[in-house]
Amino acid sequence: MRWLKPAAFAVALLPLAWLLWRAGFGSLGVNPVETINRYLGDWALRFLLIALAVTPVRQWTGWPALARLRRMMGLFAFFYVCLHLASYVGIDLFFDWAALWADVVKRNYITLGMIAVLLLVPLALTSTNGMIRRLGGARWRRLHLLVFPASILGVVHFWMMVKADIREPLVYAVLLAVLLGWRLWGFARRAQRA
Amino acid sequence: MLIRPAADLRDHDVTDQALYLDRRRFLALGAAAGTLLAAGQGLAATSDDAPTPFEAVTTYNNYYEFGTAKEDPAVTAPSRLKLAPWSVAVDGECAKPGTVALDDLIKPLKLEERLYRMRCVEGWSMVIPWQGVPLGQVLKRFEPNSKAKYVEFTTLADKAQMPGLRVPVLDWPYVEGLRLDEAMHPLTLLATGLYGKDLLAQNGAPLRLVVPWKYGFKSIKSIVRIRFSETQPVNSWQKANSREYGFYSNVNPEVDHPRWSQASERRIGEFRRRKTLMFNGYADQVASLYAGMDLRVNY
Repeated sequence: MRWLKPAAFAVALLPLAWLLWRAGFGSLGVNPVETINRYLGDWALRFLLIALAVTPVRQWTGWPALARLRRMMGLFAFFYVCLHLASYVGIDLFFDWAALWADVVKRNYITLGMIAVLLLVPLALTSTNGMIRRLGGARWRRLHLLVFPASILGVVHFWMMVKADIREPLVYAVLLAVLLGWRLWGFARRAQRA
Repeated sequence: MLIRPAADLRDHDVTDQALYLDRRRFLALGAAAGTLLAAGQGLAATSDDAPTPFEAVTTYNNYYEFGTAKEDPAVTAPSRLKLAPWSVAVDGECAKPGTVALDDLIKPLKLEERLYRMRCVEGWSMVIPWQGVPLGQVLKRFEPNSKAKYVEFTTLADKAQMPGLRVPVLDWPYVEGLRLDEAMHPLTLLATGLYGKDLLAQNGAPLRLVVPWKYGFKSIKSIVRIRFSETQPVNSWQKANSREYGFYSNVNPEVDHPRWSQASERRIGEFRRRKTLMFNGYADQVASLYAGMDLRVNY
């Protein structure tokens, strides 16, 4: 199954390609800055959920090859998170560092979003085989539990930003709850058996 | 000499009376607009305020009755909102309440052209050439009594026409309110058109409020009821979240929305943010309305 990883890699780049395509043809709508920022934020959350879904889906389908996609999906989540952050700082605020600091300190949803980014940084840095070996499996796994609080903060960040129509963040919250609940359920069952 | 109508002109060729009158109104409107724009003072926006393109004004709308995405109203509203016949019920603290057909409400008055900045509470803004009549002139004929301290406005709420009403995002119908002196202020406009055309459904046709020194959500769309009241109305956004949205909702760069700064805004069509102005740049005309009030408390 040598095609799986390259194919997944190409597919994961499609959202970015679509954004660049729209930007090239000037079809980002009336408020392009808002469109870009929201779009990248949406995809950051989606890839976080996709990364978290790899293990459950692998077990349900009994297709072990999927495991090879987990790291890539996690890194793509981080990639879109970085683009989302870059568009906020570079395009929306146009590198107005004072305004950025004020936002981070005063706006809860931005504070939480920033914390989520910080939680993901060590995960991206320790994603190489070398780092896994250096840290040792157990420690590496414990460190990477940070993906759970980061995902929760990501969804809360979206939820808090919305003005009144919470349907969209609600969908993310439910999906995340299912993915986290499935893990808790498995954990509880193993604890019972032990 | 015999004068007779040309044989090829029949009764239905004669320009409809209403249209004919409209022609004069149109000319008057053009002239009024010309003077205003030429003078470039008073009611007009300042010179770096180029009108936002018609395309943007009519496709980027917050009108939750037709969906919560900005693109929704332009797609769903025009084919669904029935604009005629339209009437407005006026009641409450006034001597002459009644239900008035739209034409009877507007036609007696001279349409005016106003180029206004529009600042959304979300942090973006536009510049829109409106046509309409000063709200105060409309309200006067109903003779508000001494108990009338506030004016409450209500948007149409018809599930058959408005798909967004199925979602309880806000407590329908949409309600807004002004203090009577704000309502009577010469800047406050009851708009029936923009860019020289009748309002489109997504912009709040056939009749909407425009209060240029307040956040956009105060400028209620598709008005079906106006009520004079002694007590302060509870507007829909205040009801939904009173910590974030108050009754006054004057544009104020110094009082932030709890979740974001109001110090700057993105003018649609521009890349960089620009500074938000006190009372959206209309402080000269309206600041006196709020003399002595703490604008942090009365947000």
